[in-house]
Amino acid sequence: MITVSGLCKRYGRHIVLDGVDLEVPAGSLTAVLGPSGSGKTTLLRILAGFQRPDGGRVQLGGTTVEEAGRVHVPPERRRVGYVPQEGALFPHLSAAGNVAFGLPHRERRGPRPGELLALVGLAGFDDRYPHQLSGGQQQRVALARALAVRPEIVLLDEPFSSLDAALRAEVRQDVARVLARTGTTAVLVTHDQDEALSLADQVAVLRDGRVAQCATPETLYRCPVDPAMAGFVGDANLLDGLVGDGRVATLLGELALVGGPAVLGDGVRAIVLVRPEQVRLDDSPDAPGSPARVEAVEYHGHDAVVTLQATGAPGPRLLARVPGAPAVKPGLVLRASATGPVVAWRHEGAEQPVPVPGTGTAGPAGSDGWPRAGGM
Amino acid sequence: MVTGTTVARRARWLNPTRKSADPRMPLALVVLSVAVVAGLMLPLAFLVLQAAQAGGGQLSQLLLRQLTLTLLLNTVKLVVVVTAACAVIGTAAAWATERTSLPGRRVLATLLVLPVAVPDFVIAWGWVSLFPSLSGLPGAALVLTLGLYPLVYLPVAASFRRADTAQEYVARSLGKGPWSTFMSVTLPQARLAVTGGCLLVALYLLAEYGAFSVLRYQTFTTEIFAEFQQGFDAPAAAALSLVVVALGVVVLVAEVAATRPGRTVLGRPRPQAGVRVGLGRATAPVVAALGALVVLAVGVPAAMIVYWAGSGQRTTLPAAQSLAGAAWHTALYSASAAAVATVAALPVAVLAVRYRRAPVVVMERAALLVEALPGLVVALALVYFAARYAPLAYQSGPLLVMAYAIMFFPLALVAVRASMARVPAELEMVGRSLGRRPLSVVLRVTLPLVMPGLLASFLLVFMTAATELPATLVLVPTGVQTLATQFWAYTGDFSYRAAAPFAAAMLVVAVVPSYLLGRWFDRLPSGAVGR
Ligand SMILES: Nc1ncnc2c1ncn2[C@@H]1O[C@H](COP(=O)(O)OP(=O)(O)OP(=O)(O)O)[C@@H](O)[C@H]1O
Ligand SMILES: [Mg+2]
Repeated sequence: MITVSGLCKRYGRHIVLDGVDLEVPAGSLTAVLGPSGSGKTTLLRILAGFQRPDGGRVQLGGTTVEEAGRVHVPPERRRVGYVPQEGALFPHLSAAGNVAFGLPHRERRGPRPGELLALVGLAGFDDRYPHQLSGGQQQRVALARALAVRPEIVLLDEPFSSLDAALRAEVRQDVARVLARTGTTAVLVTHDQDEALSLADQVAVLRDGRVAQCATPETLYRCPVDPAMAGFVGDANLLDGLVGDGRVATLLGELALVGGPAVLGDGVRAIVLVRPEQVRLDDSPDAPGSPARVEAVEYHGHDAVVTLQATGAPGPRLLARVPGAPAVKPGLVLRASATGPVVAWRHEGAEQPVPVPGTGTAGPAGSDGWPRAGGM
Repeated sequence: MVTGTTVARRARWLNPTRKSADPRMPLALVVLSVAVVAGLMLPLAFLVLQAAQAGGGQLSQLLLRQLTLTLLLNTVKLVVVVTAACAVIGTAAAWATERTSLPGRRVLATLLVLPVAVPDFVIAWGWVSLFPSLSGLPGAALVLTLGLYPLVYLPVAASFRRADTAQEYVARSLGKGPWSTFMSVTLPQARLAVTGGCLLVALYLLAEYGAFSVLRYQTFTTEIFAEFQQGFDAPAAAALSLVVVALGVVVLVAEVAATRPGRTVLGRPRPQAGVRVGLGRATAPVVAALGALVVLAVGVPAAMIVYWAGSGQRTTLPAAQSLAGAAWHTALYSASAAAVATVAALPVAVLAVRYRRAPVVVMERAALLVEALPGLVVALALVYFAARYAPLAYQSGPLLVMAYAIMFFPLALVAVRASMARVPAELEMVGRSLGRRPLSVVLRVTLPLVMPGLLASFLLVFMTAATELPATLVLVPTGVQTLATQFWAYTGDFSYRAAAPFAAAMLVVAVVPSYLLGRWFDRLPSGAVGR
């Protein structure tokens, strides 16, 4: 188990970590999600003991290994495996030599290096040198090397970022399988929200030097803490709504609220999150909801994302995810409705429209400099 | 003649700056580096001190005379002629070996680099012993062009090899012919490499002494040496030295500015070569011309060595030192200097790679400033230092070793730095996270990876020092001769037969390691670190 509390780190005047709190349960896989430059690598290096924080504390399995200015356990005594960005294999050692690096002398020549290579699906690659391995193979050797010394914790820094899409999915599954099998506590850092949601037991989102939300992938996706977070993790329609009778009235109909009627009082103006897959499209004019004109259709194979513009006084732009290949063309007017329950937040600043860049009063978010996953 | 520098220089700017592991610089490293850089600045400091003692009035009196103007004119004339010739020959040769379908181009590419390893005073001697009337500007221009054109050839060939060949395909597909493509696409890409090479040629010309002396061409270095021999007129030598150093600094600054990264368009080396031009009927003449170049530069001195060795000429000069004795002393001084320079380069290189920030960059630049100091000037500054503060050190082995180490420190720094850049901080972090203590990580990760670079640094300094002449002439201990000084003594006496074996020994010392090193540096930037 890892417990991080109040971790701070700055470079000169530039504050990178500003009070990070994080709990990683033993045996779980936690993803730390954050945009490039948000301090993910810095956090991992502090956990591993390569950098000293300016404030805060790190406990591993109940022992304090880092406390700013007071305690510092050197990296080699932490039993924390580290798989850096880009793998970083020792170029002068073979695959087996890399894996054996941390083993005691007796075990170096024994079967263990070979077993570990087999564990990551590289049986028989013992004598290959790093420059003779593909990017994915190098990453797997790096993982085997970290696991060889039976660490309690493994830290992975964007382990899949240098791989192409197809290989990434494959290596990702292998890594998850190996980690589960060895029961190792793992922290994986990534800026790819798709990866974080599909792989982790728990996702911590790093924003402005803090953990803005730490939850299971489902909770994070369904109940983000604020509208910005909703846009961080997946595509989102952010609509104006009015709370009444324990439901919220929006352009897409009256929707139930997550957590029941009590979360927001009657008459409160709210920002409502409707995920694209909650949007239903109908071509019969008397279906529920509001009319909207199709603007674009993005086909992904397993599903398609339809962009619509609500008709009537400057209506918001809407995203809808529909299974299969929809029989709609740009220009067609459909009726859009939604199925709840949905998350809503009190609208700050009473009468003002929700400030979502690039749209009318409200609309889809999801382009906050973050990669938008193709088919989530 | 400083061999192998260009190959080393190519690597100088290739290292991208990395984010450092921890912003705190280790104090011990900083202290060591500052000490090293301060040591490097010694000759410059003494030079300035010496000049300051002479006083402004005497200085201007020494400089504002006909002699200074003559020397300046001689230097400028030679620099212009030789640099232009090297630019044309070096670029043409690089184009022929890298961009045409010349038969035997790989062998030619290896041979074309060799002249840079042969000491210029040996080439000069070879030519003078063949044509005794060769002298003055024509002789100096001929010999130095032959000896220095590889300084242009090397970087230009490298830039041709790495240039983005896709641009050439585009030009051809847009209807341009091979010649027009070369002029409008290929050559502009190599422009910076040509400029950098030319400035390097100029730097070497400013420092050269032996060849000019053999060819009776008067420049600053020959005049400084003459002043030194005629009872060491310190203020005059210092005044003239200041002028050469000033010229050298100007050239060095221009060179660094011209070859700065970001101004060069370097692609990754591509497996398939770019558009190779078929030479057709021109093939035979081009091969002949390139072959002739090598023959004129290396063949002539080599042939003269063989000729004189077989001649029945007798020397009247008593042998101050046997070949074995001279070789031993050469090896001793050069190896010591190589070890000192390599070890001294380590802390500076580590800082430069791992903790690259403004003060470190300033320190590194200061260290490279030594390149603007001719060996003769370094030696005289040390003589002055010894005469003043350490009379016992004058004409002692350690002082000569120190001179070499200072002069060739930039070579060591470039090589060590390149090898340090192959060990990203992450590798050491991983080593420690696998339960290894820092010392164990240094021994099992860092050292094996930097070893080839340390070795290269050692070899580079060793072979350069082994063929060094002017500083050795000034500082060699009394009663001792090195290969270069004994050769010099014999040729000064026209005892060519006695001189021949010493020249042969220098050729072996210089050419073999430079070939090996050339191959090592060629492999360096590709990033694939072998076993
Ligand atoms: N040694 C250093 N000195 C100064 N600033 C640094 C240093 N190391 C990192 N930074 C800065 O700290 C911030 C966080 O860096 P970090 O490497 O932790 O980001 P990251 O989230 O891992 O980014 P990426 O996804 O690009 O790897 C960045 O703005 C970076 O420029
Ligand atoms: Mg990072």
